[in-house]
Amino acid sequence: MSEPTPDSTAPDSQGSASQRGLRNWIEQRTGMNGLLQEALDEPIPGGARYAYIFGSGLLFVFLSQVITGVFLALYYVPSADHAHTTVAYIAKEVAAGSFLRSLHVYGSSAMVIIVLLHISQTFLYGSYKGRRELLWLSGTVLFALVMGMAFTGYLLPWDQKAYFATAVGTNVPSEIPVVGNVVKEVMRGGSELGTLTISRFFVAHVLMIPGLIFLFIGTHIFLFRKAGPAGPMNEDSFHPKLPTQSFYPRQLLMDLGLALFVIVILGSLALLYPAVLGPEANPADTQFLPRPEWYYRSLFQWLKLWTGSSVVVGIGVIPLIVVVLFVGLPFIDRRAERRPWKRPLAVGLFALIFGGLIIMEGWSYYADAHDPAVAKQLALQDRQTKEYMQEPFKPERQGAPLPTGPAATAASVAALGAGAAVPDDAVAAGQETFESHACNACHGAGGAGTPMAPKLAGIGKKRTAEQLFDLFNHPTAGMDKGGMPHFQFTQDDVKGLIAYLDSQQ
Amino acid sequence: MEPETSTENEVEQGSKEAVLTARRSFVGILVGVGTAAVGALLAVPLVRFALYPLFARATNTGLSDLGSVDSFSNLSAPLQKMISISQRDGWRESVSEKPVYVVKDAQGRLKVLSTVCPHLGCEVPWNTQKQQFFCPCHGSAFAADGTRIAGPTPRGLDSLDTTVQNGHLMVRYQYFRQLVPDKEVVG
Repeated sequence: MSEPTPDSTAPDSQGSASQRGLRNWIEQRTGMNGLLQEALDEPIPGGARYAYIFGSGLLFVFLSQVITGVFLALYYVPSADHAHTTVAYIAKEVAAGSFLRSLHVYGSSAMVIIVLLHISQTFLYGSYKGRRELLWLSGTVLFALVMGMAFTGYLLPWDQKAYFATAVGTNVPSEIPVVGNVVKEVMRGGSELGTLTISRFFVAHVLMIPGLIFLFIGTHIFLFRKAGPAGPMNEDSFHPKLPTQSFYPRQLLMDLGLALFVIVILGSLALLYPAVLGPEANPADTQFLPRPEWYYRSLFQWLKLWTGSSVVVGIGVIPLIVVVLFVGLPFIDRRAERRPWKRPLAVGLFALIFGGLIIMEGWSYYADAHDPAVAKQLALQDRQTKEYMQEPFKPERQGAPLPTGPAATAASVAALGAGAAVPDDAVAAGQETFESHACNACHGAGGAGTPMAPKLAGIGKKRTAEQLFDLFNHPTAGMDKGGMPHFQFTQDDVKGLIAYLDSQQ
Repeated sequence: MEPETSTENEVEQGSKEAVLTARRSFVGILVGVGTAAVGALLAVPLVRFALYPLFARATNTGLSDLGSVDSFSNLSAPLQKMISISQRDGWRESVSEKPVYVVKDAQGRLKVLSTVCPHLGCEVPWNTQKQQFFCPCHGSAFAADGTRIAGPTPRGLDSLDTTVQNGHLMVRYQYFRQLVPDKEVVG
């Protein structure tokens, strides 16, 4: 590149001749300097403040979610067959997998916390006033999209708590009169939660909602720059009068301070308390107590308050009023006054709703801790999750069952030559009996055993069919105490069960 | 307007503005360096995560049984056998069937050959008419004991490790790097 010799009096920070040459080359083709100047020289009435850092903080965490999310998708498979295995693979085996997944999991909480701070700041400063209705509206859409990301992402690991929390979550809309059931079935891709639900939630989580978020972030920033920063609460939101300070460097440094703070917090949490994964979803489990993630706990508690005919009020009328007030805020509150102490009605309502959510949140956790049966079950679920996390990763078996030892190999080669190994009838019948009586709900899939009930796989080595048949008809005190139902099995049922359980070793 | 001229004009403006510009540029460099450093730090787990499959320990497949050694005693031509092998494939373990050829080398010892062409990985069948292994993709030809005869292949068909256990011929299935003159295990 042959560029004119630069002025030797130029400050060092302008860079060497070749750097300047390259910069000019790019500038002539992109006009990048102008754009950068436009972004950095944004005038802030009243100067930079820490109160204004949350918007860019959200953008930062969102980008972190996009990056970690894209990387997680390198291993994740959205199907009921593989979702849990692939998440376990990420969490237990892939290098830095637990760390990146934890950043993503905790990042979702960070998004919700910072979006609430951003909304609170905007509300208290009256920054939605002064021809900023569309700016506020695009913000409410972004808030809904962020909550949608949190909701759809929660199901994807397909562990017990993901499954049952989403089963409850997708049931909520079915309370809406007339269209409720259709909404539920569209969300689930059918009447039940299954592999189609994962596909839907995955597409919503990684394609549709992120696309909309990018679109609305663009709109939100465009509208923000058009209206200009509202400045402090004593500033006139239509015609700013206070002396301005440019975004760069002070506000940028404050914003970067928040970004650094978030990195340190999320990074430390991810290292010290890696996000957990529970045992794989077992739809037959009747004991599992679903609990949503903390950001949906207050709504969860709120829904519990309403039963019978009052449900329409609780989950229909009141939320609708709150949504209308929230979305329509800049249209309803049209006075120019921004100082919160001069806006008692608006601030009072905001405090009532926000305070109500906090009370519901606390109430939910308090109620769980003070109901012994619930506390016990939740503790058990936590224990099962911890135990699952300590187990080594088990790859998913594909194809023919793997034989062991030379003789078995020869046999299996012969079997493979003749076609696939056919499970014999007793095993199939036993599996049918085992699953139709929901034995797996307590004894685990394939009778692998759970903390609730003993392992049954390979039971034929310990007891004969006669002994087991006898045991079903004369249960021990321990079985009754553990909640083992009294099944009326035939001799053939028991033989089938043994055949099936012996095949599950 | 030429950008070069405008830059020079800026520099020639008052000293106060020059100091301000210098200070802002200094902050700019600090921010740039800081962001790059934090970014580089955060990129480490991302790179490790993405490259994990490249460094994951290759699974050591077990021995597969080809049948009793006696059954190969009057082997006249390469004999194709199917073996089932278990392979770790990311988060799954797949059991698959692989063809191998049991052949006799010059000294009459049993040898098991991989059917994967060392050129570009096509399956190489035994051609009874030509009495050689002939790769259908690019025409590499191999003798009955696997040694290279002709074609673009850099080496002969790869022999697999074998042992005899209880009178049975056992083989360890492996993959080898293609396009190199010497046999090199890849997994």
